[in-house]
Amino acid sequence: MSAARDNFSGNHFVAHAILAFFSVLALAPIAIIVMNAFKSRDAIFGAPLEPPTTGTFDLIGFRTVFANGNFDAYFMNSFSVTLVALGGTILFGSMAAFALSEYKFKLNSLTALFFTMGIMVPIRLGTPGILELMVASGLVNTRTALVLVYIAQGLPMAIFILAEYMRTVSDDLKNAGRVDGLSEYVIFFWLVLPLLRPAMVSVAVFTMIPMWNDLWFPLILAPGEDTKTLTLGAQAFIGQDVTDWNSVLAALTLSILPVLALYLVFSKGLIRGITSGAIK
Amino acid sequence: MATAILQPVGNGQAQASQSTRPVRWHIAIFLAPALTIYTLLMALPLAETFRLAFFRGAAHDREYAGLANFRVLILDERWAAQFWNALANSIWFFSIHLLVMIPLAVLLAALLSVRGLRAAGLYRTAIFMPTMLSFVIIGFVWKLILSPLWGVAPTLLAAVGLESLFQPWLGKEQYALTALGFISVWQYVGIPMVLSYAAMLAIPAEVLEAAEVDGITGLAQFFRIRLPLLWPTIGVITILTFVSNFNSFELVYTAQGVLAGPNFSSDILGTLLYRTLFGAQLQLGDPHMGATVATMMFLIVLMVVCGFLFFVQRKLVRYQF
Repeated sequence: MSAARDNFSGNHFVAHAILAFFSVLALAPIAIIVMNAFKSRDAIFGAPLEPPTTGTFDLIGFRTVFANGNFDAYFMNSFSVTLVALGGTILFGSMAAFALSEYKFKLNSLTALFFTMGIMVPIRLGTPGILELMVASGLVNTRTALVLVYIAQGLPMAIFILAEYMRTVSDDLKNAGRVDGLSEYVIFFWLVLPLLRPAMVSVAVFTMIPMWNDLWFPLILAPGEDTKTLTLGAQAFIGQDVTDWNSVLAALTLSILPVLALYLVFSKGLIRGITSGAIK
Repeated sequence: MATAILQPVGNGQAQASQSTRPVRWHIAIFLAPALTIYTLLMALPLAETFRLAFFRGAAHDREYAGLANFRVLILDERWAAQFWNALANSIWFFSIHLLVMIPLAVLLAALLSVRGLRAAGLYRTAIFMPTMLSFVIIGFVWKLILSPLWGVAPTLLAAVGLESLFQPWLGKEQYALTALGFISVWQYVGIPMVLSYAAMLAIPAEVLEAAEVDGITGLAQFFRIRLPLLWPTIGVITILTFVSNFNSFELVYTAQGVLAGPNFSSDILGTLLYRTLFGAQLQLGDPHMGATVATMMFLIVLMVVCGFLFFVQRKLVRYQF
């Protein structure tokens, strides 16, 4: 392919060297956590950089976490909040994106601008107002509060990406539906929505990671024991029990797993979503 | 086009006969849920935050304070020192990202898009991985690595005979914020890398082949062909980085605690906002001062973003293929 075949292998060698170096740098800290979670206490302190061997392998940390932590409850909180908020973001976001990209009406561009503002202005700056609202409506320490905030946080980006994508859905399909006398709702839910799957994946990954890893809103809106999320739970666990390293490392390893699984499942779709021109 | 039957939406004639057309309720219904949630939880709280900044006193007995809160924040010695310190720290924190993360991201993206490179997907996945992790893990693991007691860093430095270079970076006033900046770069470099990589993939092969025919390869090709085409993307990345840096809070909170130690040397606007709103060991929370800090942050971000869009982003040349 290249005319410069002689420096080709040299180029490749340098590229591989640099990329491999940064890959190791990115993964090493994660590996240190996971590796040491499976070791006995002495081995953690004695040789932190050694992988667990038959002599040092120990599951004491995981046993402690499952025995006396509320981790299953925290995990369920995180999981349900993220799932419901994600569903809401995608459903409401695609409905709004459909309205904005399909119909011409008077306030169309103003409404679009109103939503786009949310990409630039972080919802966090409205915290004093949000807290007041939640106190007034009695939603403090409920998962509902988190779900609502996360939907509001995710909507601008979701509408932006989905509206971009909806312009690629053919008009003929929708008009054929109209000729057949389908209502606008049927057209959207039965014809358009199923076609949005690829865009939904990238919306999902983009909005889900901040929700799952968020610490600010759980700390402020739902710090109670019953509504603690995994992130907040792990933070509290580290705070109160710094000496029990086995449990701390095990807890952190457990909180890495769902994100890792998610990423491995979605990574192809995510990259495709980004490269399909969400940012031009 | 058999759309005459369908009353095509929004052409001139249809607009004229608006009165004969049924009201299109479905538009309102499609927009309603998103608009309601977004307005109630994003737009109105933000407006309420601006309003709170102009009042003082307890919740049941508020009085209008005009610009007094802002004057206190910027000039009063109890607050001003903290505010200016946090602002300067936020600017430094952003500078590290600007000078280290963005060039590094572009370099990695350029290497990833070297033609015929094997395992590019593997590298991309590995470098992107830290962006998926929660701050709790990141704060903890780096405290661990850099700790002088258990730390892996001293061991590693000793292995190459540089042990004398080691310092407890997170525990020293002059280094803590810079160390956090580098940790944040480590965490986030994957996102600008993927965005730059996507922009590089969008460069048509013909352009690069034409360059090769003209004998422009390797580094020269990068600086004369790819980089000029990449500037608009780098502009967007810069804005997004700025906005997220000026609102970051979690990394400092998880690594250094709410007091952003040592001695507030790693205090950024996000941690200042949290302490002002909810209080910390030595101070009580104050919703009005918190709202004032949030409003100031909003104004700073707004000014910089608008200035950037107007003076920089608009002047970048975009090439259409």
